[in-house]
Amino acid sequence: MKYLLQRIAFYLFTAWAAITLNFFIPRLVPGDPVQALIAKFQGQLSTQATQSLYVLFGLDKDKSVWQEYLDYWGQLFHGDLGLSFTFFPTPVSEIISDSLPWTLLLVGITTIISFFLGTGLGVLAGWRRGSWTDGLLPVTTFLSSVPYFWLGIIAIYLLTGPDSFFPSSGGFDNGLVPAFDQYFIPSAIRHSVLPALTILISSVSGWILSMRNMMVTVSSEDYITVAHAKGLSDRRVAMSYAARNALLPNVSGFALSLGFIVGGTLLVEIVFSYPGIGFQLFQALGAQDYPLMQGVFLIITISVLVANLIADVAYLLLDPRTRKEG
Amino acid sequence: MSEPVLEIKNLNVGYGLGDQAVRAVRDVNLTLHRGEVLGLAGESGSGKSTLAYGLTRLLPPPGVITGGQVIYHPEQGAAYDVLELSDQQLRGFRWGETAIVFQGAMNSLNPVHKISTQLTDVLRAHRPEMSDAARNARAREMLKLVGIAADRMDAYPHQLSGGMRQRVMIGMALILQPQVVIMDEPTTALDVVMQRQILGQLIELRERLGFSVIFITHDLSLLVEFSNRIAIMYGGRIVEEAPAAAIYKDSLHPYSKGLLGSFPALRGPRRELTGIPGSPPDLKGMPSGCSFHPRCPKAFEPCSGHIPVLGRPGTPDGPTRSVACWLHPAEQPVG
Repeated sequence: MKYLLQRIAFYLFTAWAAITLNFFIPRLVPGDPVQALIAKFQGQLSTQATQSLYVLFGLDKDKSVWQEYLDYWGQLFHGDLGLSFTFFPTPVSEIISDSLPWTLLLVGITTIISFFLGTGLGVLAGWRRGSWTDGLLPVTTFLSSVPYFWLGIIAIYLLTGPDSFFPSSGGFDNGLVPAFDQYFIPSAIRHSVLPALTILISSVSGWILSMRNMMVTVSSEDYITVAHAKGLSDRRVAMSYAARNALLPNVSGFALSLGFIVGGTLLVEIVFSYPGIGFQLFQALGAQDYPLMQGVFLIITISVLVANLIADVAYLLLDPRTRKEG
Repeated sequence: MSEPVLEIKNLNVGYGLGDQAVRAVRDVNLTLHRGEVLGLAGESGSGKSTLAYGLTRLLPPPGVITGGQVIYHPEQGAAYDVLELSDQQLRGFRWGETAIVFQGAMNSLNPVHKISTQLTDVLRAHRPEMSDAARNARAREMLKLVGIAADRMDAYPHQLSGGMRQRVMIGMALILQPQVVIMDEPTTALDVVMQRQILGQLIELRERLGFSVIFITHDLSLLVEFSNRIAIMYGGRIVEEAPAAAIYKDSLHPYSKGLLGSFPALRGPRRELTGIPGSPPDLKGMPSGCSFHPRCPKAFEPCSGHIPVLGRPGTPDGPTRSVACWLHPAEQPVG
């Protein structure tokens, strides 16, 4: 318990550091978003409007950086992430809450499926070493080294087209309104198949490889020989002795990959123009949209930290050696 | 001598197949009698552990048994060849009839399960009819038997010392009351005090429970003290087998003499430690004839040409011992 509190304190400190960096880094980027907005409105803004935009964005030059920093924290605690420049005047929190579910559903589900499928196959391949499953290894090595956005581009090139079942971009058909009805849901699923398969194919191989290698390593441990000598069934030795120990590194890898659900598949979302949070970040970068960038980075930071905390807790539960006495 | 419980006949074990194969155990004949402690000694790489793994069919790939028989005589019923058992029969034989205590005391227990789980899963596999409460009671009883407090049941392996872990392993080995316990260098990872304590305890348990022990070690001084008979292995073959006292007092094979000369005696006059010159043979390219002849101080002309057969020597105590050496040609071969 004390250990856990220590970890939580550590993560709070990390969160503070990350949020502070998050505040400063966009301000170090050269360029001015108000100028970008003026260009966007093609000179139709008056001087007063420009001035009030500076104030509205928190960019009025009278304020010191310190004051801005304090204001930033104050707003954070109110859940106010500012107004987006690109989608002016939509609040950033609204943009994020619109795009987050897309990413969470697409990448979240594929990450979970990929982990369980890959780990299961890895256990099999590691335990039945020397059988036909070894033939899969070159394929998985190849797939795990292929960048998934490239796989996505290939998939779009080969599988989409005017007559194809698979749409090449977007999260749902144009003309539909997001709602839980019989038109929207099938359309959303149809749009998610290719991006999901792309992520699945490229990430499942990594799980297979790491789990297989751990199984092979663990299989030569003394306690595996003892388990065989004890006359336990092959299944019990494979699961309770070999896989149970081989799983440990994979579990922490899984918890970390949960943290990358939000930010890690940016490129897939860009390739498929999928309305998730990565795509929003991409647009925000192009438009020097500080508040949106900060908002997205904040979400990514928090999810990575939460995932790390989950990894710590999972390790505590799974590996008795990490539990401290007393 | 009492009736045999395990007879190894012409056992051959190799690693790999074809030309690249290494023959780690060659034509071994060895009989373990009921209730005795049979010591198996030899240098590293002499095939002691391979022999133990081979007779329980636990050889990790690429180890293969290339020939021979391992006849087991159960307490009741007919004798059978362990090498002929089906996978399911083999699982029953393992631990139920022959339990093993391995050399890696530190790594023999699964680090993520409690001691109790690892003790009871043997019972779950072999005695499915037992209730959970009975299994737990039996596990507690075994811990008590090896001198570990029953409240350590819920401990994890990393919470126990090396000596305690090896005691747990011994308790685990005895939980199904096997006829044969194979000890593969059970105390190598422990300090000398702990070694004696654990072995003393083991011998006491053997007297109470009546199982037989195959005790594998390179520490001949331990064997002389704790075993009834000793077999010496060299280059995958048994080169001498005799009662412990006979080996200690007048070993016939020059290799046994060399082993005995490599450690100091506790009592008696001081003597020079000699050791054995040279290094153990490469199992891939064995010398012709007696594999020990390049290192043997007493080698003469038949040694390099012909392999000596293990047999009864012509000495007065000949019927109780056997040796494979041209200095003591066999009058009656064994096996």
